[in-house]
Amino acid sequence: MSAVPLLDVRDLTVEFATRRGTVRAVERVDLSIGKGETLAVVGESGSGKSVTSYAVMRILDRAGRIAAGTVTFSGMALRDLPEGEMRDLRGWEISMIFQNPRAALNPIRPVGRQIEDVLLQHGQAGRGNARARAVEVLESVRIARPAERYHAYPFELSGGMCQRVVIALALACRPQLLIADEPTTGLDVTTQKSVMELVTELTRARGMSTLLITHDLGLAAAYCDRVVVMEKGRVVETASASAIFRAPSHAYTRRLMRATPRPGAGLRDLLPEGAAPFPPAPIPGAPLLVVEGLVKEYPRAGGSLLGRLAGRAPAEAPFRAVDGIGFEIRRGESVGLVGESGCGKSTTSMMIMRLLDPTAGRIAFDGEDIGAIPARRFASSAARRRIQMVFQDPTDSLNPRHSAARAIADPIRRLGTLRGAALAARVEELASLVGLPAALLDRFPHQLSGGQKARVGIARAIALNPELVVLDEPTAALDVSVQAVVLNLLHELKLRLGMSYLFVSHDLNVVRLLCDRVLVMRAGAIVEEGPVERVLGNPAAAYTRELLAAIPHPPA
Amino acid sequence: MLRVALSRLGTAVPSLIGVVVVTFLLTRVLPGDTATYFAGPVASAEAIAQIRAQLGLDQTLPVQFGRYVADLARGDLGTSLGTGQPVLHEIATRLPASAELTLSGLLLAALAAVPLGILAALRQGSWVDHLCRVVTTAGVSLPVFFTGLLAVYVFYFLLGWAPSPVGRLDAFATAPPAVTNFLLIDSLLAGDTETFLAALSQIALPALTLALFALAPLARITRASMLAALDSEFIRTARASGLNRRTIVLTYAFRNAMLPVVTTLGMVFSFLLGANVLVEKVFAWPGIGSYAVEALIASDFAPVQGFVLTMAVLYIALNLAIDLLYGLIDPRAKEG
Amino acid sequence: MPENPALALPRPSAAGNLLRHARYVLAGNPVTAFSFLLLLFLLGCALLGPSLVPHDPQASNALRALQAPSAQHLFGTDQLGRDILSRVVVATRLDLGIAFFSVALVFAVGGLAGVAAGFFGGWTDRIVGRLADTIMAFPLFVLAMGVVAALGNTVTNIVIATAVVNFPLYARIARGEALVRRNAGYVQAARLTGNGELRILLTTILPNILPIMAVQMSLTMGYAILNAAGLSFIGLGVRPPTPEWGIMVAEGASFIVSGEWWVALFPGLALMLAVFCFNLLGDGLRDIVDPQRRT
Repeated sequence: MSAVPLLDVRDLTVEFATRRGTVRAVERVDLSIGKGETLAVVGESGSGKSVTSYAVMRILDRAGRIAAGTVTFSGMALRDLPEGEMRDLRGWEISMIFQNPRAALNPIRPVGRQIEDVLLQHGQAGRGNARARAVEVLESVRIARPAERYHAYPFELSGGMCQRVVIALALACRPQLLIADEPTTGLDVTTQKSVMELVTELTRARGMSTLLITHDLGLAAAYCDRVVVMEKGRVVETASASAIFRAPSHAYTRRLMRATPRPGAGLRDLLPEGAAPFPPAPIPGAPLLVVEGLVKEYPRAGGSLLGRLAGRAPAEAPFRAVDGIGFEIRRGESVGLVGESGCGKSTTSMMIMRLLDPTAGRIAFDGEDIGAIPARRFASSAARRRIQMVFQDPTDSLNPRHSAARAIADPIRRLGTLRGAALAARVEELASLVGLPAALLDRFPHQLSGGQKARVGIARAIALNPELVVLDEPTAALDVSVQAVVLNLLHELKLRLGMSYLFVSHDLNVVRLLCDRVLVMRAGAIVEEGPVERVLGNPAAAYTRELLAAIPHPPA
Repeated sequence: MLRVALSRLGTAVPSLIGVVVVTFLLTRVLPGDTATYFAGPVASAEAIAQIRAQLGLDQTLPVQFGRYVADLARGDLGTSLGTGQPVLHEIATRLPASAELTLSGLLLAALAAVPLGILAALRQGSWVDHLCRVVTTAGVSLPVFFTGLLAVYVFYFLLGWAPSPVGRLDAFATAPPAVTNFLLIDSLLAGDTETFLAALSQIALPALTLALFALAPLARITRASMLAALDSEFIRTARASGLNRRTIVLTYAFRNAMLPVVTTLGMVFSFLLGANVLVEKVFAWPGIGSYAVEALIASDFAPVQGFVLTMAVLYIALNLAIDLLYGLIDPRAKEG
Repeated sequence: MPENPALALPRPSAAGNLLRHARYVLAGNPVTAFSFLLLLFLLGCALLGPSLVPHDPQASNALRALQAPSAQHLFGTDQLGRDILSRVVVATRLDLGIAFFSVALVFAVGGLAGVAAGFFGGWTDRIVGRLADTIMAFPLFVLAMGVVAALGNTVTNIVIATAVVNFPLYARIARGEALVRRNAGYVQAARLTGNGELRILLTTILPNILPIMAVQMSLTMGYAILNAAGLSFIGLGVRPPTPEWGIMVAEGASFIVSGEWWVALFPGLALMLAVFCFNLLGDGLRDIVDPQRRT
C-alpha cells in the first residue's frame, strides 16, 4: 500500500432526514484505499456500508446529506467539488456496480447504447466510433457475440450477463477506483464466482483499486486485501484479510466470524458463547416420506389460439420443472435439498407440502399416497397436520393483520382440539419452545424483528407436532448472526420433538450444518445423493464439485 | 412488427363482439314495449305494429340479433325519428366536429400536463410541485359542464373576448372547402386566415374546457411515473456513471416515465369522449354528442344506440393505436 | 419504511386506540383533516338540510324570478323565483345518496367478483375479465348514457348505470390485490393450517384488501357524483322540479349568456365542493393505508 492513499475518507458522517427527525446512518467513518488495493467493507443490514459508498460518490438520495468529514480522492476534496466536476469524475475516475444488475440497467434502451452513453459522456468515443468502442467494451467483459448483444435489452439477458454489462459500463472509461455494492447478492454461487473472478482479473490487469461492499465475510476474505468491519454506522475494526480471520480483535467481528457457516464448524460453534453441546442425534427410523417418479410440467406461454392466428409457432412441449425424481426421508432424519435457482427444488417442496399438484409420480407419506389427494382438498385431509412448513420470508409468511399469538394458534384452532385457556397455555408453551418472549405475543408482524418473525413462523409450524417439516430457505432473508441462532433452534427442536426435516437451500455450508443426507438438484433432476459428509467432502458428480468450488474460500 | 400489430388487432376482436352484444341488449332491455319506444311518443297503434314487424321484434332473440348484426354489416344504424335521416349519415357528418374538438382538447392538455408533471417531479416540494398538486386535485373535481359555463360567463359575457357560444363557425364566416372536415386544418389548407381565426375563436373555449378536464389525470400520472423513474436503480447507475443531467432526465427517466403515461391515455380518452358530450351541449357544438343528447330528450332511440356504438368502436380503435404506440416505446411489449 | 407510524397502530379491538390514531393522523395531515370537516358539513346538509333551509325549495314566485343574491335570498332566485340556497342545500341528500348507493353497489358486486377472479383464477377469472373488458370498451360516460336511456329515466337507473361503469375499476383492483396475495407466504401458511380455499378468501384475503378498497370507494364517490350530475345535466335521471345540482346548473346555463350567473354558479360550486371533498379524503386515506403509493 502506497503512502498516499487513492481514496481517503475521514470522519464521514451521513444523516438522513426522516419523518421522525434526523437519523445518522454513518457516523465518523474512517477508511482508505491505496492504489491497486482491494478493500472490503463488511457489515450486516443497517450497518451503513452502502450509504458510505453512496456518500463517496455523492449520489445519496434527496433525504441524505454528508453532515461532517472529508472524502479525498487523488488529492481532491470531493465534498467541496462543484457538482459538474464531480459528475465528470463519476464513471471516469470512480465507478460503481450494484446489487440486482437487471434493475440497474435502463430497461428500454439497448445495452450497447447505454455503454455508448457513458463513452460519449466522458469523451472516450466520438459519434463515429462509439458503437465499435461499445462492442469492444462488451467483449472485454467476456460477453460472447458482443456485436449481437449490443442490441439486446436487459430483459433478454440472464442475471449474470446483466451484471457483466453493468461491469462493462463501470469499466468502460478505465477508472481508477471501482466501488462494488453487493455485486453478487441474489446471484447463484457459480455465477457469483465467475462475476467475482472477472472483476478481480480486470481490476488487477488495469492496476485499479476496488472497494467491495458485502455482507459476506467469506467473499470479502476470498477477494480482498484488507477488511473494514462496520456495525450500526461505525467502523469497528480494520485489518488485513488474513489477520482478521486469524485474530479478530473486536467483539463484534468475532461474533460475526463465529456466526458465518464454514467447513469444520458445527452448529454450536456459530453461537457466541459455548452452549451445551447437542446430545447425539438418534439413528433415523423407518421411511416416513417416499417420493417416486415425481414430475411437474408447466405449459409454455404462447400456445393461445389468437397467438397462433397471429402467426406464432404452435405450442411447444411443456416445460418440465421437476423431471421424475425419487428419494425418501426417514423418521428423525434431516435431508437437504440443494440447487441453484430454477433447479426445481422449490417446486418439489411445494408438491410435497401438497400446495401444488404433481403432473405424475407418487408421494407416499407414512404409507399413504398423499400425492393423489388434490391440493385444494388436502386442507381437510388427516395428513395435513402431520406435514408443516417454515417459509423463506418471515415477513411475507405472517398475516399482517394477525398478532403473533393468533398466528401460532391458527393451526390449532383449525386442526387441533385445544380451546380457550388451554389454547392460550399451549401458545405460550410454543413461544417458550422457540425462544419468543411471551410479552411479544400480542404484537403484530411489523412490530417484530426478522429473527422474532422467524421464531413465530417456526412456532406455527410445530404447533401441531408434525412429523415432517419442510424448511424452505428459512434463513435466507436473515442476517448471519440471526441465522446462526435460528439454525441452532431448528436443530434443538428436531432433537426434542423427533421430527424429520426436508431442508431446501442454495447454501451448501448451511446444509452441511443441519442435515444428515443431501440431495443435489439440477434442471429438475437429482444429480447426486448421499450422506452430507460424503457428498460435500468427496463429491461424485461434477456439478456438485462445481458448486463446492464456487463457494468463496478465505485465504489459507 | 406486423405480427405484433396483427396480434393486437386480434385482441380487439372480443371487445368489438362485446360492444355489439351490449348495444343490442340495450335495446332489448328497454322497459315496456321496445316498438313503442322506437316509434316515438306520438305514434299510432298501426305505426307501432309496423315498427314491430320492421324491427323484427316478433322474432326470437337470436334471430333478432342476427338481423341486427346483418344491418350493422350493411352500415344500417336505423333512422332518426326527429330528422328522418339515416343515423349513420348523420353521425358521419357530425363526427369531424366532435373529433376536432376532442383532439384539440387532448393536445392542449398534453402540452400543458406533461411538462408540468415533469417539472413537478424534478423539483419535488417546489412551487411547481404545489401547483401541480392543486391543478390535479382541483381538475378532477371540476364538473366539465360547469367550467364550460363559467368560461362562457367570464370570456363571453364579462370580457367579450370570445364569440357567442354557438357552433363551430359564426354565421358570417364561410366554411372552407372540405378536405379533412377539420375546420382549423381545412381553412389553413385553403389559405383562408379569416376563417381560420373565426374557427379558432369558436373552438378555443370548448377545447380549453376539455383540456382543463384532461389535464389532471395526465399531469398526475406524469408526475408519479417520473418520480418513480427518477427513483429507480437504473437512474442510480446512470448517475454513478457520470451521465449529464439532460441525458439522465430525458433519455433515461423521461422515456421510461412515458410508459405509464401512454397506458393512461386510454383512460383519459374514455373521460374525454364522455366529457365531450357535456361540452358539446354547453357550447351548442354540432357534434355527435349534442346529436345524441337531442335524440335522448326526444326519446328517439336509434340515434342514441348508433351513437353509443360509434363511440365504442372509436374508443376501441384508439386503444388499439395506444397499444401499438406502447409497443414502439417498450421493447418488452413485443414479447407479450 | 416498515416503521411508518401511520401503519403501526390500528387494532381492530381497541376503539380508543383507533380514535387516538385517527387524531394523530389527522393532526399530521391538515388537508385530510379539512376534507374530513367538509365531509361532516356535507353530511349535516344531507341529513338536516331540508329542516334548516330558510325557504321551501319548491315554492315558486313569479314576482321574485331571477333576483340577484341579496340578504333575503343569499344565493338569489331562479327563473321561477325559487330560493337557490334552499334548493342547493336540499339537493345534497339526493346527490350524495345517488353516489353513495352506486358506490356501495359496485363495491359489493365488483369487489367480490374481482377478489374471486384473482383468487380462484381459471373460469371465474375469464368471465369476470371478459365482463370488465366489455364495459371498458365503452367510454364510460357514454355507456352510462346508454344504460339510463335503455333502462329508463329514473334515479334508480342512474345508480345502476354509475355502478356498472365503475365495475371494471373495482373488479380490476380487487383482482390485482387478490392475485398478489393468492400465493403470499401467509396465505400458503393458512392453507397448511387446514383452512379451506373459501375460508382463506373470506378470513385472510378479504380483510387485507378491504382498506385498499375503502380508499377506492372514497375516490370513486367523487366520480360518481360527477357522473350522476352529468347525466341529469343532459336531461337523464332526475327530473325537474326536483332540486338536484346537475339539473340546476343545466337550468342556469341559459341565463349565463344574459349575465344571471348565480343560477348556475351556486349549484355548480356545491357540486365541485362535494367532489373535491371526496377526492381529498381519498388521497388522504390512501396515504394512511398505503404510504408507498403516495403520488
